[in-house]
Amino acid sequence: MEYFWAFVTGGVICTIGQILMDTTKLTAPRILVIFVVSGVILQALHLYQPIVDFAGNGATVPLPGFGYSLAKGAMEGAEKGFLAAITGPLKSTAAGIGTALTFGYLISLIFTPKSPKR
Amino acid sequence: MEGEKKEIAKAYEKYARQFTPKPDYLGNSIKAFLVGGVICTVSLWFQNRLTAGGMTEKDAGIFVTIALVAAAQLLTGLGVFDVIAKFAGAGVIVPITGFANSMVAPALEYKKEGPVLGVGAKMFSVAGPVLVCGISSAVAVGIIYWLAGRF
Amino acid sequence: MIRKKIGRQSVVFTESPCITGRGNVAGEKEGKGPLGECFDIVLKDDMYGEKSWEKAESKMLKEAMLKAAARAGKTPEDIDVMLSGDLLNQLMSSSFTARDTHIPFLGLYGACSTMTESLLIASVLVDGGYARHVLAGASSHFCTAERQFRMPVEHGNQRPPSAQWTATAAGAVVVSAGEAANLSLKSRVYAESATIGRVIDAGIKDANQMGAAMAPAAVDTLLNHLEDTGRSLDYYDMVVTGDLGYIGKDIMMDLLADAGLNKKMIFTHYDDCGTMLFSKSQDVHGGASGCGCSAAVFTGHLLKQMEQGKIKKLLLMSTGALLSTISPFQGESIPGIAHAVSLEVR
Repeated sequence: MEYFWAFVTGGVICTIGQILMDTTKLTAPRILVIFVVSGVILQALHLYQPIVDFAGNGATVPLPGFGYSLAKGAMEGAEKGFLAAITGPLKSTAAGIGTALTFGYLISLIFTPKSPKR
Repeated sequence: MEGEKKEIAKAYEKYARQFTPKPDYLGNSIKAFLVGGVICTVSLWFQNRLTAGGMTEKDAGIFVTIALVAAAQLLTGLGVFDVIAKFAGAGVIVPITGFANSMVAPALEYKKEGPVLGVGAKMFSVAGPVLVCGISSAVAVGIIYWLAGRF
Repeated sequence: MIRKKIGRQSVVFTESPCITGRGNVAGEKEGKGPLGECFDIVLKDDMYGEKSWEKAESKMLKEAMLKAAARAGKTPEDIDVMLSGDLLNQLMSSSFTARDTHIPFLGLYGACSTMTESLLIASVLVDGGYARHVLAGASSHFCTAERQFRMPVEHGNQRPPSAQWTATAAGAVVVSAGEAANLSLKSRVYAESATIGRVIDAGIKDANQMGAAMAPAAVDTLLNHLEDTGRSLDYYDMVVTGDLGYIGKDIMMDLLADAGLNKKMIFTHYDDCGTMLFSKSQDVHGGASGCGCSAAVFTGHLLKQMEQGKIKKLLLMSTGALLSTISPFQGESIPGIAHAVSLEVR
């Protein structure tokens, strides 16, 4: 059952993104920004935590989950003090961002882009 | 005058739309749903294996993120990601894999402009706005919560 | 003293400027299209043995230019002026080609209308007696245009059905003064008249709707050309636009019918290079676009047909979308332009 809800929730979030892409003229970067920021806002209003509790990775893997982690870090930090409130968002997502930067840089140096075929 | 121009533009856009084929809304949505769902399910399975091996849930979650990011970036480098995304659309763009892809794709292309101002700078041409908007809104949330806690 | 201007926007050529050479290079995907057989050189790899896509595009343009000059029986030293343009910032491909060829050079930017623009000005130079042999050409490359105007190639975005595929292609012609033309050619193609287009902006803001953005400009230029010359559409065996694609072509035909032109005549006399370069199974959505589209289709396919006598009178109208890389972000709509050159076999 855990897997089923992760599947459905993740699928639904992606479908929302697909509908946004098809029906509006929003480009991919804007979609990414909208999803991350909406995750931040939903968590700030304590609305995203229930989805995470319910769907697990179905809610944390899509980009709103990234926003959720950012906001969660900030909110937990805020309980400790001003500095922790500011360092919180980056601390909670440091592993993901760090990997994305380092590994991404490495990949970019190794590979070359290909012209589409057919 | 300005308003009239806008009206004409709108009328023409509407006129042009009847010649434009519509995207396959249903098909695209189903593909995005299935692929997005599968990515989430597989990462949950992976996370469960890790926790079963004795890792804390938090660490396992971080490892899952790292694995997803690295996989998406490797596929981008191999030139496979755009082929998958052409089929799956938001199914791979909305998960964290889309964010990972958006860092490598422009960086790869600007290799000839050097490792600093080419690759280094272009990694952020798409991902930069995401990080800027996401992190600054989260920091704002943190400060608001901190202020709220003081009074 | 104005003897060669007719009507509001058109000119006639009285000294018979003649197309004496043509050359073209097409990319791998273009080579697999329905016109693949027509091209002089088809690339096996879109990098063309170069280090960057920009260099590859520049090399394609250079090879097309040299091929055209060779067909005309000329070396670069014989050419008085080279006119060309591409889609890249500061005309990178053209300028770098001119750096290698050492021919006096005028760079042109007309976006995808550049092939007709360069042909038009070349004919004017030759007709006016300012040059004996002029090279006119244009180029585009999918990967250079894509990364400048749209998204990185490896980025996982889906192309909407209206998006057009920038052709990886280059084409060039040599326009020579009538008396200097190579007499051994069986049928000779002359530039007969031309119409300089106006910029028409119909208010389209979506960069994936290029055909719709440019169609009104093409209609405007065609109607003005017919009015200035006092001709009807069926004067021409064929009227071809540059890169309106499937959607733009449909809009063009509909607008022409609205303007009172005979529907059947439009259907039999009008076509668009953007719908000719690729087959629909090649997954190019709205059809082909880019300077190279009309340049390659014109120099590879249409001119060949004229040389074989299958087309006697042709009106070439390359269409261009004059947006910049930043104007869409400033909320500007896409201005369109189209120029026309009338060519005939004598």
